[in-house]
Amino acid sequence: MVAATGPGAARTEPLRSGRSSRIQVGRGYRVFQVFNVLILLAVVAATLYPFLNLLAQSFSSETAIAAGHVDLIPKGFNLTTYKTVMSDPVFWENYRNTVEYTVVATLIAMVLTTCYAYVLSKRNLKGRGFLIGVAVFTMFFNGGLIPNYVLVNDLGLRNSLWAIVLPNAISVFNLLVMKAFFENLPSELEEAAAVDGLNTYGILLRIVLPLSKAVLATMVLFYAVSFWNSWFSAFLYMDHANYFPVTVYLRNLIAGATSGSNEGASSDTALQVAANIQAVTIVLTVLPILTFYPFIQKYFVSGVMLGAVKG
Amino acid sequence: MTIPRILEPPGSTQSGRAAAAARRTARARRRRTSWRKALRRDWRLYSLAVGPLLFFAVFRYLPMIGNVIAFRWYQPGGNLFGEYWVGLYYFQMFWDDPTFWHVFANTLILGALSLLFTFPAPVILALLLNEIRSSRFKRFVQSMSYLPHFLSIVVVAGIIMQLLSDTGPVNQLMQAVGHAPVEFLQQSGWFRQIYVSSEVWQTAGWGTILYLAALTTIDGQLYEQARIDGANRWQQTWHVTLPGIRPTMVTLLILNIGTFMAVGFEKILLLYNPLTYSTADVISTYLYRVGVQSGSFSYAAAIGLFESVIGLFLVVTANLISRRVVGTSLW
Repeated sequence: MVAATGPGAARTEPLRSGRSSRIQVGRGYRVFQVFNVLILLAVVAATLYPFLNLLAQSFSSETAIAAGHVDLIPKGFNLTTYKTVMSDPVFWENYRNTVEYTVVATLIAMVLTTCYAYVLSKRNLKGRGFLIGVAVFTMFFNGGLIPNYVLVNDLGLRNSLWAIVLPNAISVFNLLVMKAFFENLPSELEEAAAVDGLNTYGILLRIVLPLSKAVLATMVLFYAVSFWNSWFSAFLYMDHANYFPVTVYLRNLIAGATSGSNEGASSDTALQVAANIQAVTIVLTVLPILTFYPFIQKYFVSGVMLGAVKG
Repeated sequence: MTIPRILEPPGSTQSGRAAAAARRTARARRRRTSWRKALRRDWRLYSLAVGPLLFFAVFRYLPMIGNVIAFRWYQPGGNLFGEYWVGLYYFQMFWDDPTFWHVFANTLILGALSLLFTFPAPVILALLLNEIRSSRFKRFVQSMSYLPHFLSIVVVAGIIMQLLSDTGPVNQLMQAVGHAPVEFLQQSGWFRQIYVSSEVWQTAGWGTILYLAALTTIDGQLYEQARIDGANRWQQTWHVTLPGIRPTMVTLLILNIGTFMAVGFEKILLLYNPLTYSTADVISTYLYRVGVQSGSFSYAAAIGLFESVIGLFLVVTANLISRRVVGTSLW
């Protein structure tokens, strides 16, 4: 909707607007701009509101929450809920499990993904097409829940870290991102290293990996966040509360379920766990992610872009 | 490690046909002998693929084969691939199971609704962001809107429950306008709205990344020309911007259709309860209850196989249609 813009307006306006070279700015468009900013602010508010409400609840007294008084500002400010949750040994045990699972799983996933991506990036390798096909086909067809469940149980992985780590050891998306990155590395360096007598392993370790720090960091973050957030494998394969990651702890809390072997602080209260305890547990679960979020976000974005080039 | 190649300067003295023939025989010879040669030359590279291939074989392809238990009698703790053949017994069973058709319909409805709302949401958001001139404000909105993507689905479920609890903000608002509190998560009539809107909340921001990238690749001259042709802002968006991001849209649409059948399994599992089964129960949650909780593995595997095959069929069809109609395809 370009309102009748006189030649004068068209000449002065471009000086101010960044996109001037291609757009005549009319009054209708300026009105749109104002609305656009308002709409986007509303989007931001809608995204953040649940977090802020949660944060406010975590610092509020239970009675204030029950009365429905808590919005964005904590009512009956106190830290006792934090103390209650943090004094629960099961919570800390599960938190430690999450850290342990995340570290081990990320490490293994990185080794396998890097190796395979490097192999796939060699354009004149015989059988390369087949090796890529093996991976890509699994993006579109998978065995499904039941055969996987049966398999993991039959392999005797139940109640072990490996039930979480091994079935998710390679994400094909991440694999393709890394492959795309390796393919774009200049091949001259590797050829020169080969002339100097380095074998494939040496080239990968001493030439390729040091050049790939950016993509390695991105991949570590992709894997670490996904393992940190995962809950379903643990929910399926872990029978005892002392093996749970913190996500399953949280799941049991919000499901109002008190698992038999869990004698944590929350289980002697009512079946329905108080809202402020839930809020505190959620806050503590997402805290590491929120802390690192401002720093890791750009790596994630670049990873997605890299994947899109190939995907 | 470079392979000695037959080097022929382009347009050399020999006739092109002879050169092509020579090249063809060389390639054929290379293909015939090369497995042994390739192994000798690149065994270190192949050795790096062993671990990953083992992973794919055991944790991806073995379960695919494991689906034979859908056609066989399986005893928990017995043979991984079942004891004896029972033919289509389990397929017949779910075909005659009214609950199956109920969850099948729920899957289609929930899948269609999510696609209807979650697919356009990032496009619209990206278009709006694209009109923002202040890059600082744009970046601010972007980083805020990406946030939900980084949360565990358990956390998202927890947040939804807090928001919708009888003392939560939504019910506070209801009471403020003189309405009795609603137990949203206990009513089947609300489940679809809750599911779809939380899905939009989670995915819209993150989904803009690829569209924003595609938007920057649109040639500025196209806008110039559209303007000379008298196109207003809206027409420019319709005739230049949208066609410019069409390949991205189509690719993402195909990928979305591929996950259509598996709609939000984990989220539904966390949010539903027997009171909301009538709208919330989908194929994946049903087969989870039948298989993992009740131990009818073969029956659940039959349902799962049916679901996977439909999923594969949907991707292939969507891909085919889009290749014919818009000329963009995944493969």
